[in-house]
Amino acid sequence: MDEINNLMHGFAVALTVPNLGYMLIGITLGVLIGVLPGLGGANGIAILLPLTFTMDPTSAIIMLSCIYWGALFGGAITSILFNIPGEPWSVATTFDGYPLAQQGKAAMALTAAFTSSFVGALFAVILITFLAPLLAKFALKFGPAEYFTVQLLTFCSFVGMSKEPIAKVVCSMMLGFALAAVGMDTVTGQLRMTYGVSDLLKGFDFLIAVIGLFGIGEILLTMEEGLAFKGQSARINLKVVLQTWRGLPRYWLTFLRSTAIGCWMGITPGGATPASFMSYGVAMRMSKEPHSFGKGQIEGVLAPETAAHAAGTAALLPMLTLGIPGSPTAAVLLGGLLIWGLQPGPMLFVEKPDFVWGLIASMYLGNVVGLLVVLTTVPFWAAMLRIPFSVIAPVILVICAIGAYTVHSSMFDVWIMLVFGVLGYLFKKLKYPIAPLVLALVLGDMAEASFRQAMLLSQGSLAIFWSNPLVGSIAGLAMLMLAWPLLGKLRTLYQAREARA
Amino acid sequence: MSDDSQASAEPADHILARGPELGVALLLMVLAVLVITDSLRVGIGWADDGPRSGYFPFYIGLMLLAASTTIFISTLLKWRSLKAVFAERQQLITVTAMLVPTVVFVGGIALLGIYVASVLLIGYFMRRYSDFGWTATALVSVGVPLTFYAVFERWFLVPLPKGPLEHLLGL
Repeated sequence: MDEINNLMHGFAVALTVPNLGYMLIGITLGVLIGVLPGLGGANGIAILLPLTFTMDPTSAIIMLSCIYWGALFGGAITSILFNIPGEPWSVATTFDGYPLAQQGKAAMALTAAFTSSFVGALFAVILITFLAPLLAKFALKFGPAEYFTVQLLTFCSFVGMSKEPIAKVVCSMMLGFALAAVGMDTVTGQLRMTYGVSDLLKGFDFLIAVIGLFGIGEILLTMEEGLAFKGQSARINLKVVLQTWRGLPRYWLTFLRSTAIGCWMGITPGGATPASFMSYGVAMRMSKEPHSFGKGQIEGVLAPETAAHAAGTAALLPMLTLGIPGSPTAAVLLGGLLIWGLQPGPMLFVEKPDFVWGLIASMYLGNVVGLLVVLTTVPFWAAMLRIPFSVIAPVILVICAIGAYTVHSSMFDVWIMLVFGVLGYLFKKLKYPIAPLVLALVLGDMAEASFRQAMLLSQGSLAIFWSNPLVGSIAGLAMLMLAWPLLGKLRTLYQAREARA
Repeated sequence: MSDDSQASAEPADHILARGPELGVALLLMVLAVLVITDSLRVGIGWADDGPRSGYFPFYIGLMLLAASTTIFISTLLKWRSLKAVFAERQQLITVTAMLVPTVVFVGGIALLGIYVASVLLIGYFMRRYSDFGWTATALVSVGVPLTFYAVFERWFLVPLPKGPLEHLLGL
């Protein structure tokens, strides 16, 4: 049981007073970010990242990942009390959460949401604990061709799993790759696509893109809805918590199903948002009383929250072991690792066991701390939302501008953030997915490097991608994911013909 | 102004999505062409030491061009039947009311530094969109940037853009 030993060692790293302090700060900031519209896990961490450059990497990642857990918890508060999803992954929570709050059962709904978030995350962390070392050991054998095919698989599954039109997914993804290529080519030193603009030499930083796309874009969208926060208030006391907890074991099957959906969607880059919707849909379909959904069915809160938190957590598994993030927020954390001089991937487990296991241990602790914090501080967060939007909106704009500026201390970046903000608004309105853009922007350089190395090895022959069973099966899987929507269409065609016959 | 828009004909109340759809597709096409031409410039083939710089981006550009052209053409082909709404006119007005001050704010950062620009932005929003008194507005709009100053410049030692006022104060 190497993993248990390593994990215990990790707890020793994470359980120091300063690190527990960072955990608490992270969770609190995270819930705040989750509650406020326009600030989310991805851009919140992107904005705070420059502040951690001077910190010890282990403490920094503990704080930043706790911001992520906090944001996952926080999204539920606004969904249930105000019917406003603070985060995209808590949209599905509003369906039954808000009706429950209207019936005066807000405290119960919140307790259920927090608890199921916790359960989802716990299962996902256990999965990471035991699967990550295996995957990392396996990935040590990877060469450039294997790496490229794994990245290909990531992007192909985006195309295959996405609900948006395929052309738009491809556009968003290719735009990300193209933006990643701007600037100095790291291999030949040649300048690409700068068209003589010296500010473009260093290329487009994905942190700026994330702050613009998710921050400014989100504020513009929120503005459109003309915000007037009208919500229910809630105070959680121990009696309600215990009462709710007593009722929860009944839904063990829902928990199990939602965790499975969440982990799967988190590891493959589906992300928390589709996981929450899918889990809600499955829970409704499997339920004995599907008509009660949408009217305040507690299962309708449990299912999406469990899945969202499981997905959000599981997204860190491919990030740590392969260096491939499963979600935009994981991508930002990956960017952080690179900035601190840590190369995510299998070697990280060999070279920096303290860091890796400290982080994994902090996931357990962070979620316990998170659960306690949110259960005790709900009234405070609800009060936050009573601050008029005319104060919150400009403050968030200022925070985004500061965040964009501090990445490289460059004013040009602030303008770029603005451009990305408008682009984010247009993309959201026209149903272009944003996650592929961010992931392509993060992985672009790595994907290109591994592709070129693979091509060098094979002297330009694409045959290297099926030259051995390992790389061949990953490439095959990628092609299968790419063809998935096509297969679905064929099946419906076939069924239609069957029905006619 | 809202009376005018109510009086006018019905289609003026909202903007159809097909226009912006076409515009964004066109923008992506232009970007794709920029990527492709510059890849061709730096070379898409092989040099002695391996693939040239344009080798990878060239195909990225091609795929972007293919996908955006698909959207462009299919939007044009279905133009008449596309009735999806992009946004209500009133919504666009609120979005503009947000966007314009934001652009001015970013310009203000370059000229006045982030602190003065932030005071102006927060103050503008508080006076314009809610009924705060001058005292409350002044407290919040000055207090928030001061907090940021304390956190960023004093605590974390991260310098933020400054303008004439800060230089005058010798910060």
